[in-house]
Amino acid sequence: MSPAILLVLALGLGLAGWLAARARAWTFRRDSANGRIAALPVYHAWYVALWIVVPVLLFVGLWSVIAPQLISQSVLASPAASDLPAFGFQRDAILSEARSVASGSAKAVFNEAANGLVEPYRAAISRYNLIGVLATLIIAFLAGAWAFLRIKPDFTARTRVEKAVMTILLLASLVAILTTLGIVVSLVFETIRFFGMVSPLDFLFGTQWGPDPMSNPNSPDGSRYGAIPLFWGTIYIGAVIAMIVAIPLGLMSAIYLTQYANPTLRKWIKPALEVLAGVPTVVYGYFAALTVAPAIRDAAFAVGITNASSESALAAGLVMGVMIIPFVSSMADDSIAAVPQAMRDGSLAMGATTSETIRKVLVPAALPGIVAGVMLAVSRAIGETMIVVMAAGAAANLTGNPLEAMTTVTFQIVAMLTGEGSFDHPATLSAFALGFVLFMVTLGLNFIALRVVKRFREAYE
Amino acid sequence: MVTVVHPNLEDTNAKMSARDVSVFYGDKKAIDDVSIDIPTKYVTAFIGPSGCGKSTFLRTLNRMNDTIPSARVEGEITLDGEDIYRSKMDVVQLRARVGMVFQKPNPFPKSIYDNVAYGPKIHGLVGSKSEIDEVVEKSLRRAGLWMEVKDRLEDSGTALSGGQQQRLCIARAIAVDPEVILMDEPCSALDPIATAKIEELIDELSGRYAIVIVTHSMQQAARVSQRTAFFHLGKMVEYGRTSDIFTNPLEKRTQDYITGRYG
Repeated sequence: MSPAILLVLALGLGLAGWLAARARAWTFRRDSANGRIAALPVYHAWYVALWIVVPVLLFVGLWSVIAPQLISQSVLASPAASDLPAFGFQRDAILSEARSVASGSAKAVFNEAANGLVEPYRAAISRYNLIGVLATLIIAFLAGAWAFLRIKPDFTARTRVEKAVMTILLLASLVAILTTLGIVVSLVFETIRFFGMVSPLDFLFGTQWGPDPMSNPNSPDGSRYGAIPLFWGTIYIGAVIAMIVAIPLGLMSAIYLTQYANPTLRKWIKPALEVLAGVPTVVYGYFAALTVAPAIRDAAFAVGITNASSESALAAGLVMGVMIIPFVSSMADDSIAAVPQAMRDGSLAMGATTSETIRKVLVPAALPGIVAGVMLAVSRAIGETMIVVMAAGAAANLTGNPLEAMTTVTFQIVAMLTGEGSFDHPATLSAFALGFVLFMVTLGLNFIALRVVKRFREAYE
Repeated sequence: MVTVVHPNLEDTNAKMSARDVSVFYGDKKAIDDVSIDIPTKYVTAFIGPSGCGKSTFLRTLNRMNDTIPSARVEGEITLDGEDIYRSKMDVVQLRARVGMVFQKPNPFPKSIYDNVAYGPKIHGLVGSKSEIDEVVEKSLRRAGLWMEVKDRLEDSGTALSGGQQQRLCIARAIAVDPEVILMDEPCSALDPIATAKIEELIDELSGRYAIVIVTHSMQQAARVSQRTAFFHLGKMVEYGRTSDIFTNPLEKRTQDYITGRYG
């Protein structure tokens, strides 16, 4: 509650500084000989506003971390706290109850012992709130006054504001990078723990997957942690079956849309295709599990294959392929459309037909872009979870028969993390190792795809 | 207003003839009632200020305007007496007989060899590897590029210099043995030395093909062509021997243009 007030205060002060600085810059402009000053008044305004808002925000951030500690320290120092239990759960519970009542989020205490602490809490909260507001005001006035005194007719406010904006943009982009790094670090940490219990060789090259979360965590059976069937299932479903569906269909629809479809038709088909990309994967999962998988099993029975499973790699792969079509087709569409019109004209002027032009000139020229699109699609497919969870089954079969159930890395990550094993059991930790492998593979694919796209861009410059 | 045709234009064999040709882009009339005979074994130059319709007219001669959905052609254009806009006309065959070189060199992102072999292959003019080799060498020789590229036929066509790329495009066009070659400002993206080479090449090729060249440069028209047509605002103003057009124009607008008063 208190940080919210401080935030509003910061923005209000910033607005005041903005208006004051702008008014002052206008007077410079009016008084100057030729009506020109080094920067437009609005930049002076932003300069002062930034100098007020940024320090205040930093202070508010810091204050919201340290104020609760200062409050509880002062409460513990009060005489009413002397008869609290020295340690443990009960002490924490009493303190937190008293705090809730004092700040108004709870009506009454449950534990009588907390009653005596409510008053000290209330006093401490109002004291530190007052300190926070005062400090905010002082910081805002000091920083604002300093900035306000710096603005002069020849002050280069614009370049400074631009620098500040650039810094903000940089920080925004760093958030994503730092998050990625954080993910890698946490994965690596847990993966190392896992490999301390199970040998990486067993994990990477073993062919039996069946971790038992109920087994003794101190002596895991390495032979039950062979991830090859998972890698195989992932590749077979995501990179083989799904791509057999997605590449031809995506490519053909891209060719049709860029080369043959008239503009009106294109205007309707392209968004319709993109709707496919917006369908939640869990809906695809239903579709795969409830419609496609039984249909495949029935079809297999009809042709005399009696051992077809009701959950099959084929069902998951087919549906995943359909899901991926928009990725392939939109990347292919972009890269075919990026081939210069001059190429197309040159080929047509040689007497080539449209289809010869597409096959011999456009597709080869667009190939790097298409390949990159396919790689991004593969990395998307092998990271896909919901469809395989619902339709591919849980059995870790190492087989080439698409009618059998298979399992994938993503499925097993879900199964291990939601299983009944404790968090330090190797079966649970294996999820991190699987995630790490998956992350490295998709990272590698994306990296290669970006390199390929980059080379392709240079080809026409 | 009708086109002024110089009276002393001797009767040569017309390879292509246009009669009352108008071209529309949607409702806009880009070419208005143009009639012209393109003689064989000569170079015919189309000159005129930007936007006068000379490139548009050039593109009607091998039906490249077909690729623009809103374009519509009226009138009659014949190649050896056959109407090229009749419904039975095969555009693929037409473009094999009437080749085209564009303003900006546009080699395919393939090897030099494959660029030249492209046309002969799609038209089924060649069978064995040795036949293709022969056509490639002959075309590159005629385009004056053979000596420069014979040791690197497998390099990408896009790796050549601008002038070499344009000669490669000419080699590609002549590889299918066309009867007419249309050139749409073939030197406008090239430096003077490369331009001189292309002009020399046009001169050599003119004995063998009917060449039509659109150019912005009046000096170029004067240097390479035997016939010149002056276009202005979608109309063909004047047509005659190049020497006559440049020394003795009959129309005031032609005179103004070639003396540099506008354009």
